[in-house]
Amino acid sequence: MPLLEVDKDKCIGCGGCIEACPLGALSLVDDMAVVNDKCTACGACLLACPVHALNLPDARPRKSSENLAAYSGVWIWMEQFHGRTGSISIEMLGQGRKLADTRKVALTACVLGHNVEHITKEAISFGADRVFWVDDPSLADYTTAPYASTLISLIREYKPEIFLLGASARGRDLAGSVASVLYTGLTADCTGLEIDPENGLLLQTRPAFGGNIMATIICPDHRPQMATVRYRVFEMPVADDKRQGQVISIKAAMRPEQITARVIDSILEKDEVNLAEARVIVSGGRGVGGPAGFETIRKLAEILGGAVGSSRGAVDAGWISYAHQVGQTGRTVRPDLYIACGISGQIQHLAGMKTSKVIVAINKNPDAPIFNIANYGIVGDLFQIVPALTEQFKKKLHP
Amino acid sequence: MNIIVCIKQVPGVTDVKINPETNTLIREGVSSIINPFDMYAIEEGLRIKEKFGGKVKVISLGPPQSINALKEAVGMGVDEAIQLSDVAFAGSDSWATAYTLALAIKKMGIFDIILCGKQAIDGDTGQVGPGIASQLNITQLTYVFKIVKLEPVSGTITVERLLEEGREIVEAKLPVLLTVVKDINQPRAATLFHIRRAARLKIPLWTAADLPEADPLKLGLAGSPTKVIKISSPPKREGLLDLIKTDSVEHSAAMLADKIIAEKIL
Repeated sequence: MPLLEVDKDKCIGCGGCIEACPLGALSLVDDMAVVNDKCTACGACLLACPVHALNLPDARPRKSSENLAAYSGVWIWMEQFHGRTGSISIEMLGQGRKLADTRKVALTACVLGHNVEHITKEAISFGADRVFWVDDPSLADYTTAPYASTLISLIREYKPEIFLLGASARGRDLAGSVASVLYTGLTADCTGLEIDPENGLLLQTRPAFGGNIMATIICPDHRPQMATVRYRVFEMPVADDKRQGQVISIKAAMRPEQITARVIDSILEKDEVNLAEARVIVSGGRGVGGPAGFETIRKLAEILGGAVGSSRGAVDAGWISYAHQVGQTGRTVRPDLYIACGISGQIQHLAGMKTSKVIVAINKNPDAPIFNIANYGIVGDLFQIVPALTEQFKKKLHP
Repeated sequence: MNIIVCIKQVPGVTDVKINPETNTLIREGVSSIINPFDMYAIEEGLRIKEKFGGKVKVISLGPPQSINALKEAVGMGVDEAIQLSDVAFAGSDSWATAYTLALAIKKMGIFDIILCGKQAIDGDTGQVGPGIASQLNITQLTYVFKIVKLEPVSGTITVERLLEEGREIVEAKLPVLLTVVKDINQPRAATLFHIRRAARLKIPLWTAADLPEADPLKLGLAGSPTKVIKISSPPKREGLLDLIKTDSVEHSAAMLADKIIAEKIL
């Protein structure tokens, strides 16, 4: 039995909810919305109804027994890899500072690792008031359990109201684990974070269904309110080296013999590019024609200091590795400039890049869907246009 | 090797078309499919079984018609399937989903490896896998794109994980929960033999009553810490396409370069 309720007195049979339902769970029978078993209570239809005839039961019988008021402060997990801070962590410090100021509370950075004391200073310079610094050889490489157990014990002791992590592979790995143990809400891949002026709750906005809808999510009765945050959504703050903050040294929660996973090796391919952090991405699709065709793409990316992306078609054809794939089954990216070369723009690809600031499409088919979302486009042969564009940038940017 | 694969039924979007006027999905006739990432998890489970013996079981939490996803998995060759479905589970967020699945997995008996897709293509959270691992208190290895080594005798597994900066090789003790990415394998097609078996197979339906350990306050919408309060359309891209057309490739390229530079994003 579906949870969604249709108020038969209010429903006017407009069909707006049918359009909005991503699951095909609604239909019109005798000019009345009818819900079937496909409904997962996702709520996508609620806003589409102009007469508020659709309801999901507010099945929240109890407030959490814990005293929510005991929780205070905004925390950020500082992701680092081989001693280098991830850009996403700095971006979160910027937004975290704003949230902390709105709530009139302190901003705390959690720095876990080995020999990463410099990151404690970095976190303060970018806005943290306090840093929990956990230095331990077992934290040198990220593995889930020692990181999660340390953060869980810190959260239990110091009770933050809000805890943010980057929506990176590690951030999502860690956040899911921590939230699960603490029995608290976690909103993945947020692209918006604000404080509700009425009740002080964190309003967490995220895309769902391949970016076709935006959902605003709250965590009313559990603490901390946890979210992972997408790359390049929030502005990078400016460092102030004169800022002062408190650094508190904390012991790791897990003994080395309790750790059951260890990193043996990291392989950073020379061609490997961090698409998530890239400001410019030049992507190739089926139109590139083969692995050699990606050389043309690479040259343009190089001159722009960008990364190389690809469509699923090119990956499936074996022309480039999966690590480069942008789209629903690849990575979601948000660069300032996305140049799509020989990519038709199937909906799955668009889901992974349509929030890029400026999109350029180069395609020989004038009807390719990629042109529907592009800011600039040229219809033509990419093997002529891309090298010509590379030459132009060479002249204009590096005269 | 005892292997459990967690799968989710999602709206199929591979054939979806966009309405060019409204730029929204045309959803009529959208069928349900197994979440694409879970297909890789099923395939990997079958490959481990083929190499080391044992059993592959699938489990799915969802509305009644999710039985079709389970049948499809049996059609690919998995041995057993369990359906978790109850109105008490409806509206579960990722926390409640992981909680429920973990309780059901405990009931399914001993396991060496749990496989999940890295995320579902509808919710896109990627949180259920880590959630299950924490609830079961076992090691999780996420974003796996290759099992490098599996040694049943010593009970160890070595995998390659795909991260933002590149790949990472990690060794862990069994039991583990793996979430897999697309590149790990090529899922097989269903075979006639197994499709026939799927048609005959009676798939057990477990409801909340079958999970006596479950705290009813932690199930479904009521047990979900997160709450959706608003659904909206994503911001539309502003402006229309500026299509550059000149008499030569060089002129077009020069004009495009100037326009990009004028955006002040480089």
